[in-house]
Amino acid sequence: MSSIINFLYYLMAAFFSVCFLVNFRKSKKWQEELVYLLALLPFLLRVFHLK
Amino acid sequence: MSKKIGESLLLWRKIVFLLFFLVVFIFSGLSFYRSRHLAEPIVLGDGVSRVVRLSDYFSGVKNSINNARVYVLGQDEDGGSVLILGGSHAEEPAGRLAAWILVENALVKKGRMFVIPTANPSASTSTRPGGAYPPDYSIKTPWGEQKFRQGDRWSNPLDQWPDPEVYIHYPTRQQLAYMDIRNHNRTWPGRPNGTMTEKTCYAMTQLIIKEKIDLVIDLHEAELQYPVISTIVAHQKGQDIAALASMMISSEEGFNIGVEYSPTALRGLSHREIGDHTQAIPLLLETPEPFLDATRGRTNRELLLTGKDEFVMKAGKHGLLFEKLDEKGWPIEVRVGRHLSSIIQILKVWSELNPDRPVDLEGVPHYRDLVQNGVGFYLKDPSKAPSDRVFYE
Repeated sequence: MSSIINFLYYLMAAFFSVCFLVNFRKSKKWQEELVYLLALLPFLLRVFHLK
Repeated sequence: MSKKIGESLLLWRKIVFLLFFLVVFIFSGLSFYRSRHLAEPIVLGDGVSRVVRLSDYFSGVKNSINNARVYVLGQDEDGGSVLILGGSHAEEPAGRLAAWILVENALVKKGRMFVIPTANPSASTSTRPGGAYPPDYSIKTPWGEQKFRQGDRWSNPLDQWPDPEVYIHYPTRQQLAYMDIRNHNRTWPGRPNGTMTEKTCYAMTQLIIKEKIDLVIDLHEAELQYPVISTIVAHQKGQDIAALASMMISSEEGFNIGVEYSPTALRGLSHREIGDHTQAIPLLLETPEPFLDATRGRTNRELLLTGKDEFVMKAGKHGLLFEKLDEKGWPIEVRVGRHLSSIIQILKVWSELNPDRPVDLEGVPHYRDLVQNGVGFYLKDPSKAPSDRVFYE
């Protein structure tokens, strides 16, 4: 069970990473773009099993 | 025309931001990757007869990072058997280093000794950046420096996540702090279908039962503001051994160590659950590590290895410490030496009380040797050892 939850957590991290990237692409304000990239960093580190 | 220029500028801005992001991501990612995968060489001493894995006792940890190596010293199955655990809490380096020295130097003439230097490998790959923990530290040796991972108290969230709201200990159902579901010393005796950390403890419990282990010695360190310090914590089955060993250490080894009894109401700890669920007698050793104190100053490698800290000292002047701390600090050689001398004396007492199941240990440096020569003096040069005698933790 815990392995399944762990796997779902990685899927969730990947989903939010994609959301941040889509929003980054759509945004026209530089402040928003920076926020999306900053927020993306920990999610991507988790998806790639780095931190 | 101006709309096109605006779109072009927008595109270039995004490209510049993305490039900046990639630089930060690659730099931080590489740093974390190197830290997590730092290979620590351990040279098998002449006393090591075989090296096995925890999965040889419980296949449930086979594909996990916590499939820890078990170094077996001695082959005399008629004698007694002892299991030494280092790195249950990976951020307490004296335990890992003491286990390292045992694997590289000890000779077991009677009985057998099982050594697990990294009892929770996952915890050794994670540090506490929020607590300003360094990712690693180095020990000076006659042949250069050997680098070790710093580690953390809990299994790496990369390997076991998320934590529950409340951790309910198995099998007692006692409620413990949520993050302690990743604490190797709160998940004994473990369970086969539990979390990775619980499975790790279960595998070790199986090892203890299958190998007919008589004694388990779990090596730890503690902050000076914690009352259980400079002591042997003993299950009721091991009270006599702990008390006798404490007296022998005080008279023969040149330092004092107390005895605490394992509380029956606090669950999940090695000194409680191993004694309750197996035939073995569990003992837990604590040395002082000012690095862990909440009132410490700069949390760096120097503090980890010297144990010198003016702020913790100040806490001592206000009567807030349970162990003394002066300008000499608590250097790593003192802490490792205390562990090794305690192991030597505990095994001596065990062998005297159980002459039919002795564990006779040779070649292990005592406290005074460590204080005189340092830890690195007893670490072997992996480049000079045959490749089949070098393993990487």
